[in-house]
Amino acid sequence: MCDCSEHVQDMRYVALDKMLDKYRDSNGKIIPVLQETQDIFGYIPEDAIKTIAETLRIPSSEVYGVATFYGQFHLQVRGKNIVRVCTGTACHVQGSGKILEKINKSLGLSAGKMTTDDLLFTVEPVACLGACGMAPVIMINEDAYGRVSPDDVPEILARYQEKDGEVKCIA
Amino acid sequence: MHSLNEMRHQFRSAYEESQHHIKVVIGLGTCGIAAGGEKIWEAVSRYIETHGAEVEMMSTGCIGMCYAEPLMEVHMPGQPRFIYGNVKPEAAVAILQKHLAEGKPSPEYIIAQDSRGYEAAANIVKLEETPFYQGQVKNVLGRCGIIDPDQIVQYITFSGYEALEKVLSSLTPFEVIQEISKSGLRGRGGGGFPAGRKWEASYHSPGSKKYVVCNADEGDPGAFMDRSVLEGDPHSLLEGMAICGYAIGADEGYIYVRAEYPLAIKRLKKAIRDAESMGLLGNNILGSGFSFKIQIAAGAGAFVCGEETALMHSIEGKRGMPRVRPPYPAQSGLWGKPTNINNVETYANVPGIIRQGAAWFASMGTENSKGSKVFALTGKINRTGLAEVPIGISLRDIVFKVGGGIQNGKRYKAVQIGGPSGGCIPESLLDTPVDYDSLLQLGAMMGSGGLVVMDEDTCMVDVARYFLHFTQEESCGKCAPCREGTMRMLQILEKICDGKGTPTDLDTLESLCRVVQSTSLCGLGQSAPNPVLATLRYFRSEYEAHIYDKKCPAGVCVELLDIKIDADKCKGCTLCADVCPVGAISGERKKPHVIDADKCIKCQACMVKCKFGAIAKG
Amino acid sequence: MSETTVMINGIPISVPEGTSILHTAQKAGIKIPTLCFHPDQEVKANCRICVVEVEGQKNLMPACATKVNEGMTIKTATPRVLEARRTILELILAHHPQDCLHCVRSGSCELQEIASEYDVRYNRFPQVEADLLLDYSSPSIVRDPNKCILCGRCIEFCTSKQTVNALGLAHRGFDAQVVPSIGQELFESPCVMCGQCIHACPVGAISGREQIDEFMTVAADPEKIVVTQIAPAVRLAIAEAFGADRDQLQMGQLVSALKMLGFDHILNTNFAADLTIMEESQELLERIRNGGVLPMFTSCCPAWVRFAEVFYPDYLNHLSTCKSPQQMFGALVKTYWAEKMSIHPDKIFSVSIMPCTAKKYEAVRPEMTDSDYSDVDMVLTTREIVRLLQMTGINPLKLKETAFDPWMGEYTGSAVLFGASGGVMEAALRTVYEKVTGRVLEELDFTDVRGMDSLKEATIDLDGTIVKVAAAHTLGNARALMDEVAAGTSPYHFIEIMACPGGCIGGGGQPITRSNVQREQRMEAIYVEDRSKTLRKSHDNHEIQMLYTDFLQETLGHRSHELLHTQYSLKRKNP
Repeated sequence: MCDCSEHVQDMRYVALDKMLDKYRDSNGKIIPVLQETQDIFGYIPEDAIKTIAETLRIPSSEVYGVATFYGQFHLQVRGKNIVRVCTGTACHVQGSGKILEKINKSLGLSAGKMTTDDLLFTVEPVACLGACGMAPVIMINEDAYGRVSPDDVPEILARYQEKDGEVKCIA
Repeated sequence: MHSLNEMRHQFRSAYEESQHHIKVVIGLGTCGIAAGGEKIWEAVSRYIETHGAEVEMMSTGCIGMCYAEPLMEVHMPGQPRFIYGNVKPEAAVAILQKHLAEGKPSPEYIIAQDSRGYEAAANIVKLEETPFYQGQVKNVLGRCGIIDPDQIVQYITFSGYEALEKVLSSLTPFEVIQEISKSGLRGRGGGGFPAGRKWEASYHSPGSKKYVVCNADEGDPGAFMDRSVLEGDPHSLLEGMAICGYAIGADEGYIYVRAEYPLAIKRLKKAIRDAESMGLLGNNILGSGFSFKIQIAAGAGAFVCGEETALMHSIEGKRGMPRVRPPYPAQSGLWGKPTNINNVETYANVPGIIRQGAAWFASMGTENSKGSKVFALTGKINRTGLAEVPIGISLRDIVFKVGGGIQNGKRYKAVQIGGPSGGCIPESLLDTPVDYDSLLQLGAMMGSGGLVVMDEDTCMVDVARYFLHFTQEESCGKCAPCREGTMRMLQILEKICDGKGTPTDLDTLESLCRVVQSTSLCGLGQSAPNPVLATLRYFRSEYEAHIYDKKCPAGVCVELLDIKIDADKCKGCTLCADVCPVGAISGERKKPHVIDADKCIKCQACMVKCKFGAIAKG
Repeated sequence: MSETTVMINGIPISVPEGTSILHTAQKAGIKIPTLCFHPDQEVKANCRICVVEVEGQKNLMPACATKVNEGMTIKTATPRVLEARRTILELILAHHPQDCLHCVRSGSCELQEIASEYDVRYNRFPQVEADLLLDYSSPSIVRDPNKCILCGRCIEFCTSKQTVNALGLAHRGFDAQVVPSIGQELFESPCVMCGQCIHACPVGAISGREQIDEFMTVAADPEKIVVTQIAPAVRLAIAEAFGADRDQLQMGQLVSALKMLGFDHILNTNFAADLTIMEESQELLERIRNGGVLPMFTSCCPAWVRFAEVFYPDYLNHLSTCKSPQQMFGALVKTYWAEKMSIHPDKIFSVSIMPCTAKKYEAVRPEMTDSDYSDVDMVLTTREIVRLLQMTGINPLKLKETAFDPWMGEYTGSAVLFGASGGVMEAALRTVYEKVTGRVLEELDFTDVRGMDSLKEATIDLDGTIVKVAAAHTLGNARALMDEVAAGTSPYHFIEIMACPGGCIGGGGQPITRSNVQREQRMEAIYVEDRSKTLRKSHDNHEIQMLYTDFLQETLGHRSHELLHTQYSLKRKNP
């Protein structure tokens, strides 16, 4: 591990402040603000909520209420690669449960533990991704995979594991 | 007022001119991408580059044939457009090579030809004659898969913004509303409320500031028609919204798109920018004095935001929780202003109605449900995809003619329609015409149009459990019956699936259904019991089998599975014993093995491993 | 407004157009159960316990949110309605702890009451409890999130009425919770400890921090001399709690009861209220005469003071430097009174009896030690006193009257007024008028600043000096006035703020109060007591005059500054 985490954090808050500048006089933009915050941090840290509340003069209880309402927002640290497993009806009928099981098993995760210890993967069962014709579907980051079978899982995951060695420092 | 006519003329000539080039079209909607469309794109463009071939590449949205994705289309000058399905990257290159070298289609991957305007090739089925296309009408999906959604020019070429121009130049706002009312268009998002009446309510609401909101929060699992329109023909939505804005007196619109649709958001953003730069959105549209701007609000993952009051709270940056109606959005909507809210498909129908007339639209459909409806066919059906059919066609025709019946020759069990708010329809009712009112009578609803087909291997109790799991997770928590009741319904269904259900549980479940349905605050809670009620109504025997016989007839509910080795078939190869993770299988080599039911965790690994089909579940 | 006739359970009834089914039924003599409904709040319609059948409607309709229209046919007592209500009750109860027997709200719990009325004898659903941690972080308020039924009443008060936003709704569905700020403990949030959420809560999810056990330990300690002060708004609420008319209980009877409970000396916060008027009116006059910072705000309400410290730290010089009566009293009891009584302050355990939860917090503010001791050692709320009286079986209404102990027991009608919103203002004006003009004030009632209106204004001509005053209650109104100050547009010289609706009579420490109607009745009782007093102006209080002669020498003098005045500071919290 590099020792730049302090520095990295500062840069993220600088980015946050800069982003908030855009929204200073906007009314009702908490959701896009939180979305951009999550883009900056990968999740929504408590301190970021405080900063948002203070800068935009919105009660922090309201920001927190919104952040905890929507499924897209995460208040815990997440992995570098987000594996979304579609649990829509079509995927369910086509066996998405077995795909999720296989992914969790491959990564040593479970329903209660969604992020790998090395912070490389976070697995999220999600509501319908809208690619039902391709069921079962998973999405890793922005890449969609259709008609997945449990046997495909190790190979798909491997594509993201290989990249691990390259970048150690998140900055 | 400026006219688009001359411009359209120019665009059309340019388009016709471009037909003299060789073109490869690849479907890059989310479905296409998930099936590997981008890899085809890469392979073909690499080929074109390295060989210096004079081939244009174009991407389109979804043509509706998900079952054949990834799709590729090759268009040689003077020839029909040849459509290939289930293409692999190498095959795509070979297909193109053959076209370039021999000027002929490859028979191997071809699925149809679109010969409109050209002389058809022999021995290749015409697109409109394929079983999937027969019986379909293409109103809303007319341009999807044909035009490049990122090119406003192409939209304009194909009659785009003609309706807006017509409205601004020759109709009063009230005349527009009358036209929509006459067409009989009903909301395509679920409830089926007449669009004209909704618009009229906003029109009559006093106030100088009004909003047009598009519900693009297509949250029903198993539904993706709106995504297809957003990705494949975004301008049709923008045009429909602008017409609505003119009709009700609004100058601002919001499209609320779910966060799970990043590609749709990207395409919409570009479409809005392009329309603004051409003066088709923004201030003083086409010099008419009418101004209308559209913004995108991205959702953040909450199914309940499909409910209109929750959706508006979400746009306002609040928790997406519904509120009591009245007041209705038409009286007090977004930021307390009169607001008209419809879904994507509803708005996308508007330009067609204005262009071709209310009578044209009303000529399709049934007495009380006019026009066409897009359905998403998924599940255990042969041809998954999007099909637009006249309302009133029978479910049987959709499933068996358009959809090609059940996968792997299995038996049909049910079709789930209307998502988590809908119901399951059994074989005996397959001849029901699909319209708003008939479906309600069956305990289902049109919903947004998701049709999930289930075969004999589907357990209907498990399906009910699945939906309750969904609604329970998506309940916003505001009202007690939905918050607490859906959780308790799920608990009971889980108990039944686990083989621990009692006859009293069924009574309690039915009582809960009644109460949650009739007392919940919003549509989510009111319709949450529907999947349970419908399965209880048509598949009660399956519940009873779980409860009384402790059996899951479809062999889905793991706790009720009995995995046994058929001693006659077992050769004693020991593979099953090796693979069993808990050591439940024992037996001597070359002699029949047995499973210790107490140890067995029903993972079925042995079944997969057995080469002799000696292990069965039941 | 025109009348609408509807049929309710087969009987026709006429009500004004726009009346809810709930109120229509009430008028017809039919009780419809409610949980999320609160008479002083917006209709939320989220508990759904009030559903009824309306002819022509597929679903049951919430009576609170549905307005009647001509010819409507309503049924409130059908098996379908009862099944729905009982099922909803079962659902709520199965997600709610079953410890009614030792719940703080046993007997005053709305859920318990309805469950009993609806004869819920068993529950079809297995008990599920979240096992959330109780929040004891605040000196004033205890939260038990396990008991919360998510009616939203506390949140509405905290956000809409108080604009404090300490409480909010977080998470969703079955996991939804009312949480302070960003999910921390209450004391970390901007909570001002007004305690109105306690009254808003229909169940025991939010309650007052109780110190009854601690009090009994102290009362049993022979080394301690327990001295108490009792606030003006307490008496009538105790009368209420014993089911009597508010003016039936005499102060003297209460003194007798407190003596029985183990209080050694009973003194009166009213005395300190009169003292506050002496100091505060002088401060106001000096600010006006010397071009000081105006408008000046009262500072007797600790929830308001904390509100200013959290939300308006740049404007704290607008607050009067006077301590609240409780703290003035506390500082004097261990100095002046101890001296008069020849008791070593070391031995004095000073307890105040208050209608207020924020007073518990005020007493533990670190700067409140000007007597060189903790000025106030313990604050008991009206609720706790009622509980002590119930526990000991003492009914004050049956007792003979006893006089207050000397030196700090006498009080005027002005002091009594402190209990109602506008009262401090009225009391101050009585004194200021006579101080400035030198004439006797004939008409003592400043009715402009009385009543439940959110903002009350008056203009007084002090021989040519025009003084514009305002009195407001609940902190949303305070915020509006503060925003005017911040914008430089405030037209006032003097502003009274009370955090609770109606002032201290509606305080967070009072017996559970279900509506403002009750608060208005208490206010009336305050005015009755004021009129009954012979002395009605603070400066006429003999013991106050004696205090100045013997001890303080002059208003705003050296000793006053040392003991009776204070400073405020920024309280950094997440807004």
